[in-house]
Amino acid sequence: MTDLPTDLTRATAADLAGALASKTISSVEVTQAYLDRIAAVDGQVHSYLHVDTDGALAQARAVDERRAAGESLGALAGVPIAVKDVMTTKGLPTTCGSKILEGWIPPYDATVVTKLREAGLPILGKTNMDEFAMGSSTEHSAYGPSRNPWDLDRIPGGSGGGSSSVLASFQAPLATGTDTGGSIRQPAAVTATVGTKPTYGGVSRYGLVALASSLDQAGPCGRTVLDTALLHAVMGGHDPMDSTSIDAPVPPVVEAARAADVRGMRIGVVKELGGEGYQPGVRARFDESVALLEELGAEVVEVSCPNFDYALAAYYLILPSEASSNLAKFDAMRYGLRVLPEGVDDPSAEQVMAATRDAGFGPEVKRRIILGTYALSSGYYDAYYGSAQKVRALIAQDFAAAYGRVDVLVSPTAPTTAFKLGDKLEDPMAMYLNDIATIPANLAGVPGMSIPSGLADEDGLPAGIQILAPATKDERLYSVGAALEAALVDRWGGPILDRAPELGGAAAAKGA
Amino acid sequence: MSTATADAVMDYDEAMGKFDPVMGLEVHVELHTATKMFCGCPTEFGAEPNSQVCPVCLGLPGALPVVNEKAVESAIRIGLALNCEIAQWCRFARKNYFYPDMPKNFQTSQYDEPIAYEGYLDVELEDGSTYRVEIERAHMEEDTGKSLHIGGATGRIHGADHSLVDYNRAGIPLIEIVTKPMVGAGERAPEVAKAYVSALRDLLRALDVSDVKMEQGSMRCDANVSLRPRVGEPTSAEQLAVPLGTRTETKNVNSLRSVERAVRYEISRHAAILDGGGSILQETRHWHEDTGITTSGRVKSDAEDYRYFPEPDLVPVAPTRETVEALRATLPEPPGLRRKRLQSDWGYSDLEMRDVVNAGAVELIEETVAAGASAAAAKKWWLGEPSRRANAEGQDIVTYAAGLGLTPAHIAELDGLVVSGRLNDSMARQVLDGVLAGEGTPTAVADARGLELVQDDGALEAAVDKVIAANPDVAAKIRDGKVAAAGALIGQVMKEMKGQADAGKARELILAKLQ
Ligand SMILES: [Zn+2]
Repeated sequence: MTDLPTDLTRATAADLAGALASKTISSVEVTQAYLDRIAAVDGQVHSYLHVDTDGALAQARAVDERRAAGESLGALAGVPIAVKDVMTTKGLPTTCGSKILEGWIPPYDATVVTKLREAGLPILGKTNMDEFAMGSSTEHSAYGPSRNPWDLDRIPGGSGGGSSSVLASFQAPLATGTDTGGSIRQPAAVTATVGTKPTYGGVSRYGLVALASSLDQAGPCGRTVLDTALLHAVMGGHDPMDSTSIDAPVPPVVEAARAADVRGMRIGVVKELGGEGYQPGVRARFDESVALLEELGAEVVEVSCPNFDYALAAYYLILPSEASSNLAKFDAMRYGLRVLPEGVDDPSAEQVMAATRDAGFGPEVKRRIILGTYALSSGYYDAYYGSAQKVRALIAQDFAAAYGRVDVLVSPTAPTTAFKLGDKLEDPMAMYLNDIATIPANLAGVPGMSIPSGLADEDGLPAGIQILAPATKDERLYSVGAALEAALVDRWGGPILDRAPELGGAAAAKGA
Repeated sequence: MSTATADAVMDYDEAMGKFDPVMGLEVHVELHTATKMFCGCPTEFGAEPNSQVCPVCLGLPGALPVVNEKAVESAIRIGLALNCEIAQWCRFARKNYFYPDMPKNFQTSQYDEPIAYEGYLDVELEDGSTYRVEIERAHMEEDTGKSLHIGGATGRIHGADHSLVDYNRAGIPLIEIVTKPMVGAGERAPEVAKAYVSALRDLLRALDVSDVKMEQGSMRCDANVSLRPRVGEPTSAEQLAVPLGTRTETKNVNSLRSVERAVRYEISRHAAILDGGGSILQETRHWHEDTGITTSGRVKSDAEDYRYFPEPDLVPVAPTRETVEALRATLPEPPGLRRKRLQSDWGYSDLEMRDVVNAGAVELIEETVAAGASAAAAKKWWLGEPSRRANAEGQDIVTYAAGLGLTPAHIAELDGLVVSGRLNDSMARQVLDGVLAGEGTPTAVADARGLELVQDDGALEAAVDKVIAANPDVAAKIRDGKVAAAGALIGQVMKEMKGQADAGKARELILAKLQ
């Protein structure tokens, strides 16, 4: 067993789990260390929308008691976690980064949250996100953006920028995410953390406030591949409450992460993902990673997926269409915000709905609702939603053809490193292009992962490499990710997050 | 009560001389599954408002639907009973529109992939002829909640102070059964409409898939009506070739009688407008049971756009052929065929059978015969006093009898008392009155009232002798062979016996003494 660092927040979840199991430390100690860290640095990073100090400590105490009583506990029992605010938590606010859900306390837990509670992971709080997961920067959060711990003037990615920044600033050892077009993977890439979008149906969607039902997938976020695998094993599995849930055991992700073996694997570099529009430093780190994989014993070939060029266009028809319908329920009638129209005596239900939706939704949400409403309209349906579904089928065919030749595909996760807050806020197309490499996996339902590939030379900021596997073969992500991670850490001489700047307030608070 | 001025209507017969009616009926049936369509909430009617709800049927953020397999089975059985094709693969779709009683602001329904399609139902009309109603589709969907508008005059949203919503009904499984345009019915269109809904109700009851209680809303009918110029006989080729006129949709017509009346009213109303050179506005209409008229609802243009798309939260429904065939094997005998079989078993004439069917007494008679009564007696007793009283109360005979606790076993017992010779007909009627009055079983009533035919032949013989002696003229006629004259003497004998004698036996004695 590795010795734990003095600062418990610097330990991996796997090491914490080991120390907890051997009763070297208690869950209350670990949880308190994270709560202290949150108190010290979240004022700068703004990762959390809600911190549940009392609840987290109560859960930590309960786990410690169960362990003391000799109960057999799950692998991560006692390791605290941050939960993306898109997942319902009984008794804890759940806003999805939107004003329209301000003050709503769900009466039920998402299945993923139930699993976390049953596995004994104290929930530290709820993490920030772009409103209803629409965005790549958290700038669309109604509660203000989160910041990238590598440079507080830059974005931490989105929509799961709260979860990525929480990990990169050591405010939690683990976090949950959801990925509709890259919301787990792109934030991981720009913060030098790890995130997996499992196979569609691999993790229950019950209790995830839906953005686009056919694309949404919850997944694990961590600082190492093994940590992420351990969380994946807790979150995954069949859920009878979700009709689209896969009725099969979770793939052997932890075993794959521990074995970290790519010898004999065939790896395909996607020709369409990595050319024009990709930052040179991102591209260089990617090429190095691919070379490393070859050195580790994998066979690398180039693979063409020609229909990926249409993925972004198809995605921005399917997503708004489903979102426009999913978000219709926010009507002020039963929960959340209620705004009365100004200057109207005796407003009708319809007028209250309109006033509330006008006040409660941000501009990006409105933009997508309007897009989706238009795309589904009779007379336009075939041209827009219908054609997009055809493209979706073609992209799935491209994947199928590629996986006939290789075991996994790789590409840079995002075309650039983290951009400055405000840089792309007024240019939706530029913002959307961030997800160009991650979207195809959502359209086809296949699993994907992002791990750090290094720092780009031109700006010294993190870049990520994306690994994609065939549906239900999530373990392959972990085989490749863990092998590459080990080689890279070896080359870097330590975890890449050690190179992130120390946060000022934290230094003061910790006296480091 | 309606603010609208009453519309002009044309005399029905005159309308039929000028126009040919075409109908389309949409019937919504609530399935009586134990749980809702997409969640585990119970479906009982009449529970405390908002007591049968959960995150799913309240449409809370994050909740997801799971299909009730029992409801799918019921839908398939309904489809099969309506002679439909059953889809091998079909999806649910979202029908998007905003309304406070719809928790998600979309209804999970089916659009262009219904579970059942292309069927028919043969409907028997009062004169014994058959009209074939072509079924376009039967699809699955969920019910909405129920809005209660408080204040205002009519219980409608217009003019209300505020509204309350009960979501207990939200998510209850519904099957919507849609006919193709019903053509060729001519002046009998209203009768056909009523007969179809009635036959559908019988069928669904036989399938045991729904309570089919129109008064409770578990079966609801929307009637589309349009007229086109009359150019020939209703079923003639030239008449069928005339393009359809603009239709109106009369919503929530919730009794069999109203279906007939509403169709008839709309035909007369359309006719008056068209005859005056006007045109029909495509709209929904509200039916007013009390005044027997419809009033304008909301204008329904073809451009009304529900933005249907396949429900991504549900997987397709793909019943295997084996499943479908297994469900087919569970279908009950079709009510029409069953009726023919029973008629032949019971030896009823067409007219008698129609009386029984119209009285809604088929099941009662079947059970009464099963309990040991003759078919003739079962019909005689059920269609007599109980039927008359049920009519007077405006109830159907089954509900009425159930309310009084009058059972087929009672009627069989009553018949048994007659057959055994304990009671004669008029005594049996008194006993039935007693049963209807809640005095107990037929035997108990007969005992309590001391009703029993006198079995003492001596007393009867004495009465016969007395009556013959008092009526020498009549006796002479009988001796001359005019047997029919015996009736007059029998009546007097019965009077002498205070009704407690067997009239047949009295007759035998009289004839024996005078021949
Ligand atoms: Zn429910």
